[in-house]
Amino acid sequence: MADAAVVDPRRPAGALSRLARHKLALFGLAVIVVIAAAAILAPLVAPFAPDEQNFDGLTLQGSPLPPGGTYLLGTDLLGRDLLSRIIWGARTSLIIGIAANGMALLIGTFVGVIAGYFRGWVGAVLMRFTDLMMAFPALLLAICLAAIFQPSLWIVALVIALVNWVQTARVIYTETSSLATRDFVAAERTLGASTGRILWRHILPHLVPTIIVWGTLGISTTVLLEATLSYLGVGVQPPTPSWGNIIFENQTYFQTAPWLVFVPGAAILLLALAFNLVGDALRDVLDPTLRGSDR
Amino acid sequence: MTAYLLRRLVQSALILLGVSFITFFLLYVLPADPVRQIAGRAATQQTVENIRHQLGLDQPFVVQYIRYLGGLMQGDMGRSYLQKTEVASLIAARLPPTLLLMAAGIFCELVLGLTMGVIAALRRGRAADTGLMITSFVAVSAPQFLVSLLLLYVFAVRLSWFPIGGYGTFRHLVLPAVTLGILGSGWYARMMRSSMIEVLRADFIRTARAKGLTRARVILRHALPNAILPVIAMIGIDIGIFMGGVVVVESVFGWPGIGQLAWQAIQRVDIPIIMGVTLVSACAIVAGNLIADLIAPAIDPRIRIR
Repeated sequence: MADAAVVDPRRPAGALSRLARHKLALFGLAVIVVIAAAAILAPLVAPFAPDEQNFDGLTLQGSPLPPGGTYLLGTDLLGRDLLSRIIWGARTSLIIGIAANGMALLIGTFVGVIAGYFRGWVGAVLMRFTDLMMAFPALLLAICLAAIFQPSLWIVALVIALVNWVQTARVIYTETSSLATRDFVAAERTLGASTGRILWRHILPHLVPTIIVWGTLGISTTVLLEATLSYLGVGVQPPTPSWGNIIFENQTYFQTAPWLVFVPGAAILLLALAFNLVGDALRDVLDPTLRGSDR
Repeated sequence: MTAYLLRRLVQSALILLGVSFITFFLLYVLPADPVRQIAGRAATQQTVENIRHQLGLDQPFVVQYIRYLGGLMQGDMGRSYLQKTEVASLIAARLPPTLLLMAAGIFCELVLGLTMGVIAALRRGRAADTGLMITSFVAVSAPQFLVSLLLLYVFAVRLSWFPIGGYGTFRHLVLPAVTLGILGSGWYARMMRSSMIEVLRADFIRTARAKGLTRARVILRHALPNAILPVIAMIGIDIGIFMGGVVVVESVFGWPGIGQLAWQAIQRVDIPIIMGVTLVSACAIVAGNLIADLIAPAIDPRIRIR
């Protein structure tokens, strides 16, 4: 995609769509920056405290206020300002998204590199274990673990990491095992470089583009998984706001107060979409195997 | 071929054994105590110990696991702690609704995804292509519970075209099936688009056009069948994602399948049911992967079975 040589001269519009794709990535990047800024500056930008039950936050009948007025996005069942909860919830979603994905990436890269470089039984055992993890119904496993461990923020991140490293491990494994047979690695070995040095100085740098791409796409997966767990009530526990548990807390009311479900829902969708768009563009730019192909 | 099949079957059996071991182990070390759940809060220490003994939960881990495996060999998945029914029959009763839902979900996913992919490929580089590809990104970024709630709100609450939840008629099936289908349709749209673009570039398409065939005929008779096969072959790999989606979608729509069974069992720490559903799901995933690998060479002779 990123390679100008594949532009089909008979279809000049193809270049436009390519540009549009990267425009989308810019849009994604802007969304990420805005949400990250809101999360970091939450105490400054949130109009109310996220857990303050405002005395005028409910109607006289005790139902939540719709969007507009003092409470820009309305209030929730307890009269708390929805916008403030969403801004503070961005912290939770981003922290879990990045931490869980970081851990998954670390495990996946480690397993993939070791299995790919050391063929023999070490590689075989690790890859059979990866196959085994692939056969697990991931979401079911995550729900089960999260429900059992009475989750805190970090437990949720850990659970997500434990079910999410497998894809990365497989991709890294494939790349490492092809790198390991290349001449420059053999040359390095002949020169007497230690295994650690080969892996660290020669194999790992080649894997960086892949790690960046999978790291970005993976954040989208972890954000969605966190939202799903929290929505089911086994993820981040109230009163800590997370986009998933805002929906969990308010869904019984969703027929009369749909904004309580769809506004945080839109936030989840937007963040996941942003990371997907950026990740896809990065893949276009960084992944040499896709260069010249038109996906 | 027979040797390959045999090897794959042995591998699959080993994978399932591993899944059973890990699940059993995780459930064994878990901090939640199922006996407390069964006995209730008011139970005396003696009652708790009796129940523990009755269920064999006072045995060491290895004994418990081997006993479970022994039962499994005879088709016995144990009894639910709380419902006192055999897990095998509970799962058997819940399996048909789930299979129906999955079949309908796969149908939606293929119809939506393939249509989007083909149109995008044919309108490549135009506004329709860009629009469809954005749609496919949104589809894969939308959490399934959100899609469920959105469809429920629009089509059940506002428009009352479909019931809010439950099971029984065709109308009950539509919303959960579409929900399940939307996620995958995004992936299929993108795969179908690139597959179609690749086929449209092939020499035999140019030949067909040069023979004077109409554009419609070239696309429908020559390009589509060739482009669609490698995409369809991916269905087997989807099963794992479906198995996860089913838990969420069934609990939102009140669909009485194994996803709902699992979700209820997880909340009540009903270990035999959790074990059973995990194993059944793992079997489905392993079988799906096996089928995908077996039909791949039939579809594309360049892929050889090793």
